[in-house]
This record gives sequence, structure tokens and C-alpha cells, in this order.
Amino acid sequence: MMDNDNHATMPEDLKYIIESLLFVSETPLTVEQIKKVLENVDTPTIKTAITQLAAEYEQRDGGFVLREIAGGYQFRTQERFNQWIKRLVKPSAPRISKAALETLAIIAYNQPIIRSDIEHIRGVDSGGVIRMLMERKLIRVLGRKEIPGRPLIYATTKHFLEVFELKDLKDLPTPKEIEELSQSRLEEEPEETENLAEASPPEPEAANTNDTAAGDSEKNVGYPEIQ
Amino acid sequence: MDAPSGEAVNKRYRVKLENVFEGPMDLLVHLIKKAEVDIYDIPIAQITEQYLNYLEWMKQMNIDFAGDFVLMASTLTHIKSKMLLPAQEGEEEEDDPRLEITRPLLEYLRIKSAAEQLAERNLLGDKTFVRKPDNRLFDHIQDDQVIRIGLFELIDAFQSILDKVTPSHRVNLTRDRISVQERISQLTEILEDNESMTFDELFEECREKPDIIVTFLAILEMAKLNLIHIAQHVPTGIIRIFYQ
Repeated sequence: MMDNDNHATMPEDLKYIIESLLFVSETPLTVEQIKKVLENVDTPTIKTAITQLAAEYEQRDGGFVLREIAGGYQFRTQERFNQWIKRLVKPSAPRISKAALETLAIIAYNQPIIRSDIEHIRGVDSGGVIRMLMERKLIRVLGRKEIPGRPLIYATTKHFLEVFELKDLKDLPTPKEIEELSQSRLEEEPEETENLAEASPPEPEAANTNDTAAGDSEKNVGYPEIQ
Repeated sequence: MDAPSGEAVNKRYRVKLENVFEGPMDLLVHLIKKAEVDIYDIPIAQITEQYLNYLEWMKQMNIDFAGDFVLMASTLTHIKSKMLLPAQEGEEEEDDPRLEITRPLLEYLRIKSAAEQLAERNLLGDKTFVRKPDNRLFDHIQDDQVIRIGLFELIDAFQSILDKVTPSHRVNLTRDRISVQERISQLTEILEDNESMTFDELFEECREKPDIIVTFLAILEMAKLNLIHIAQHVPTGIIRIFYQ
């Protein structure tokens, strides 16, 4: 009976069933998890539905979009509203320091890796930074390497992918891309924010008055109500 | 000021540091960027001199620096002296001695820009948010409420689990059915699926004392390896195990 139901409702409703699952899920929802719920829907169909949903949200360009994160899918707020959200939710974890980011980058690109190899690249003792990254669950111990001293082997966590909005490890920019990106960034140094919505919250009134005439009113309609 | 010359020298030094150097590599990158030289063609004499001056400056300022800095100084000096030596006759043309420093420098620069790019991503909890803000982002806030438990509470909890075991099960001194190592990987799998479990739950499938002991040792070892953290809200409450 349930099967019949499923089949009957499938074409139009499938997308919205998945949407409801995504809405309820607290962590990135994987295709496998969705498949388990829907029972006899195949992977390509689910993926197509998700792609459609993602495109719809993208086109709407509203408060949040559907992103592929850590092997699953999750609703995430758009970057340009972060200042507003920060007024609502508690201050998040302290910024990740430069040293920590460097160490994290080394681990992300060279995992699994032992501490001495990390320190070899950075040229400094990294024990403290590694401990901090462990505490923040960005990296984890995979085990011990069977060499003298049996050093711990480190790797990044799923939480790392979630924090940095990555689909998977392959989603990290390749060394070549890194070079190109940092090159182009050097060339266009004095870059001004053209996105008004990014302005800090105390300014939206001004932004709003400017924008009523402007074409991109869509992005800023929210302001009067918030103020 | 008629202070002795040594102090006069000290006074002439002004702090010009924009950022503190993380290590010798960081300092070297700074010097090379400042000199605006090609990384593939480092004027080793000039850079070495600046590097050594910098170490001298740190000494004068009584800044402790790690042996790493000294090691780099010796590497640089070594390269410099190699460059001065005429190429030996009859020998195959050797690699540029500067490669010894260029290669790790390139690797370091690559990592540095990879780190910058990571920082520019839509960071969860900063640039982007999810519907239920991730509690793990607020770890430092949570810590105020969670009482970290000591070894004795853990042992008490262990005792209460032992008490639940039917007395008919005698300790028999046969070898382990399962090693601590194996149990760790089992527990890791369980915790990977569940993220957090209560202390008692982890013992659910253990029916005999050896299993319980191995499980307990595995938990201790995992805590030591930082694979898990253990928390208890109130002194008599449920002990929870969190997977990192």
C-alpha cells in the first residue's frame, strides 16, 4: 500500500518529501539516508530532485540555500546575512589562528600525517596547535604509525568539511588552483566590497534608502522590517 | 645620555614587527618578500645576512627563540659557503645548493596560501549558519556547564557496572577474548555512528568481566589519545562519552 502511495505521489511530491527531510535533518543529509526513508527510489532520481531543489533555492537567492557538505546536503544561510545572524545567535568559537590554519592546511593536504612531518613543513613545534585543532574537532587521531616512538597519525574530521563548507576532501582547491588564486589575488589587491548587504548592521538604513531606486532591491528588501 | 655603548645600541633598536613570526620559515618568507626577490633565485648572501641580523636583534631584545631558528641559520650559512666554493672539476654538475632551502620554502608558501584560502571560505558559525547552530561551535560556552569528571567517578561507574554482572560469572584467567586495541576500534565504530553514548551503553554488550575490563581500558586509552571526551553534568548524573 505504501508502495502504491509512493508511486502515485512520486513525480511531483518526491522533491518536496526530500525537501522536508532536509529541513528536519540537523546534520548534512546523505543520499543513502534519503534512500533509506524513501525505500524504492533509486539514487539518480534522488540526486536529480536534490539538484532541482538546490537550483530553486539558488534562483530564489533568499536567506538560505541548499549546499553539498561533507558528503550530504544541508540548508545554509547566505554569507551576506551573517552579521544579522550573529546578532541572534551566541558568538561562535574564536577565530582560527594563522598558525592553526597553516597546520590544518598541512594536515588536510597531506593526511594521514604524523606530527614530525607537520613540523618539518612548518619549521616549528606544533604540539599546542595540534591539541587545539583536536579540541575543536577539526582533526582526529587515526592511530599510531608503526615506526620507532609509535607517533600518532592525524587526519581531518567530517566536522572539518562542515566548518569549511566542503563536499569532500577532493573539494579542496588543488595546488595549481591555489597558486592561480593567490596570484590573481595579488593583482587585484585594493578590492572594495560592492555588496551592500555585507555592510555591518548599523548601516542598513542608509543602504536601504540608496537601494530603493537601485535595481538590486531584491537583496535588500528585508532591511526595513529588521530595523 | 651617557649610558654604556651596549645600552645605546639597544636603544637604537625600534620594534618594527608587524606580526610575530611563527618560525624560521615565516621569517625567511618575510625577508624574501621584503627584498622582492625571485624565490628561485634567492640572493643567499643578502638573505642570510638579514636573517642573522634578525636573530641578533631578537637576542638583544631578550626574545627567546627556539632552536629551529638557529638550525635555519646554520642551513643558510651552509648554503652560502657552498655557493662560494668553486665547482669541483671532473664532478657532475651539482644541483644549485639553494634548492635545499627553495624546495621547503615553496612547500611552505603553498601551504600558506592554502591556509589563506581556507580562511576565506564560508566558515560555519561565522559566514554561514545552519538551522540548528552546531553545539560543537560553542564548546567553550558549554564547558562552563559540564563538570569534567575525575578518575574516581569513572571507577565508581565502572564498579556499578561490575555490580550488575551476575555473581555466577567468576573471573577466569584465560586470555583476552578481545584485545584492548580491537575494542578501541569497535568502540570507535560505534561512536562514529552515534557521536555520543552514555558510559553504560558502551558496556551493554559485555556480559563477562573480561569484556567489561577490556572495554573500560579501551575507554581510558581512547580518552588518553584524545579520541573521546568524557563528561558528566552533575556529580551523580549519566556519564557521556563524546567522539571527537
